[in-house]
Amino acid sequence: MEAHTVLTGFIALYIFMLAAFTGYEIIGRVPSILHTPLMSGSNFVHGIVVVGAIYATLNATTTLEQAIGFFGVLLGAGNAAGGYVVTERMLEMFKPSDKKKG
Amino acid sequence: MSPQFIIDASFIAAAFLFIYGLKRMSSPVTARSGIVVAGWGMLVAVLASFLYYFGVTEAAKPHLLGNAAVALIALVLGVSWAWWSGKKVAMTAMPQMVALYNGMGGGSAAAIAAMVLLQPVPADGAAGHGLVHYLVTVLGGLIGAVSLSGSLIAWAKLDERIKGTWRYTGLQAVNGAVMLLTLAIGGYIVFAMHGHAPPMVVVGFFAAALVFGVFMTMPIGGADMPVVISLYNAFTGLAVGAEGYVLQNPALMIAGMVVGSAGTLLTLLMAKAMNRSVSNVIFSNFGVTGDEAQGEIKGSMKPVEAGDAGIQMRYGSKVIIAPGYGLAVAQAQHKLYEFVKLCEAQGVEVKFAIHPVAGRMPGHMNVLLAEAGVPYDIIFDMEDINGEFKEADFALVIGANDTVNPAARTNKSSPIYGMPILNVDQAKQAFVVKRGQGKGYSGVENELFFKDNTNMVYGDAQKVLVSMIQAVKSLEGGGH
Repeated sequence: MEAHTVLTGFIALYIFMLAAFTGYEIIGRVPSILHTPLMSGSNFVHGIVVVGAIYATLNATTTLEQAIGFFGVLLGAGNAAGGYVVTERMLEMFKPSDKKKG
Repeated sequence: MSPQFIIDASFIAAAFLFIYGLKRMSSPVTARSGIVVAGWGMLVAVLASFLYYFGVTEAAKPHLLGNAAVALIALVLGVSWAWWSGKKVAMTAMPQMVALYNGMGGGSAAAIAAMVLLQPVPADGAAGHGLVHYLVTVLGGLIGAVSLSGSLIAWAKLDERIKGTWRYTGLQAVNGAVMLLTLAIGGYIVFAMHGHAPPMVVVGFFAAALVFGVFMTMPIGGADMPVVISLYNAFTGLAVGAEGYVLQNPALMIAGMVVGSAGTLLTLLMAKAMNRSVSNVIFSNFGVTGDEAQGEIKGSMKPVEAGDAGIQMRYGSKVIIAPGYGLAVAQAQHKLYEFVKLCEAQGVEVKFAIHPVAGRMPGHMNVLLAEAGVPYDIIFDMEDINGEFKEADFALVIGANDTVNPAARTNKSSPIYGMPILNVDQAKQAFVVKRGQGKGYSGVENELFFKDNTNMVYGDAQKVLVSMIQAVKSLEGGGH
């Protein structure tokens, strides 16, 4: 399963390190009123795993792998779609007060 | 343009959109657009992933059509089920739903690991991947599987499908043994078998990991569940990042690691808000000593009519409301906001005080109040409002219990000792709306209820608020 780009060793470590700091910085200054939607939002983001599951399933060579791949894609798709819907529903409700304008 | 180029370009676009979307989600003003931005990233990445169709390995080519059908059907089924379930879930049930979706992501990562480990040895005898490749595969699979079964237990507990907790002597030893067994099988697969273990060994590895997730989560009480869900969210992120490395997929690596670190930080923030350490939560004995260690509480609970309480508050100048999960269970947020608007119309200053763990997880109460239309600028975090209680004429506690229990400050034998609480007891007068005389989620008796300046309003929150609204309205009707 070798794709076009080769990301091993230190290059992989660089990616992981920078991504880790990015995540830390994004969440660091969040007001606690957004903790639940943000947890849900980050839950949605790791739904990207479905892409990996699709890749692995397309490369399956046995029925067993196909069966596992089916569940992998099913679960990953559920993670992504479900995470999106509930996050969107929660965030849609956050509104400032109208009175403050007057 | 080769398919691979389109895939690579889509993934970098997706990674950008995820990070930018999460950034926008970190402010209430832009949050809504943030999830939409991230959603586009996901759509682009998933569509592009089907271009892998043109780049599969030689060995997979004979199976390609079947494989694509399997992937497509699973994708459609997964998306439709999740879309449907996400649309219909009640806001009160949001924490367990997030847990469920999170577990699914962990399961998906574990499935990828299983597929990698079950690949047949290349027939031409070509050397497979190195040690690191399989080590990361196994670690990602382990974390993903633990996240799957652990999240399912967390979901079942919050959804009250599993009641009670497992506690027996030697629990830590059993859990430790299961963990060691899992690690041992994983180590065997990587170091002894070089990633090509017989299927039964691989099955045993994942079974052990799943069992460990169950054992790890079962002893944890419901009050600590938000921290656990957040922890598993971070776990799934790490598992996805690990499998991204295995599949050489930068989108998975970046998204997984961003969530892994963001989720870890969020977990620490939540645990801190509850004055608990994460290890304390995982290896806790929360509630075990709760019943025996109760101190004597002096005084009695003094009931008051809902209407009277409502009228008193209408004539106050400052009212602070401390809502809890019970408010949402009674579906009384809308009535509460109606009452608040009536009081505000009379010039009463009304503020909401939110404990970090009000509701079922930090921020959950804000979501529930937002659902009722309460603007977020009259809702305050505990730190920002705790100093104001002593200026308040009235504090109204609805459906909250442990988060306003003064025992957390003083009673060292109390299981909630040390947890920061809302200073409701410092208000000149406190009203506590409560269904009956029962204890809180942690099973602790509440000293606040017995204080001289506390009055209990017994009844269903919804009905109590209707009475309050009627009383205040009848007053206005008669007076003018």
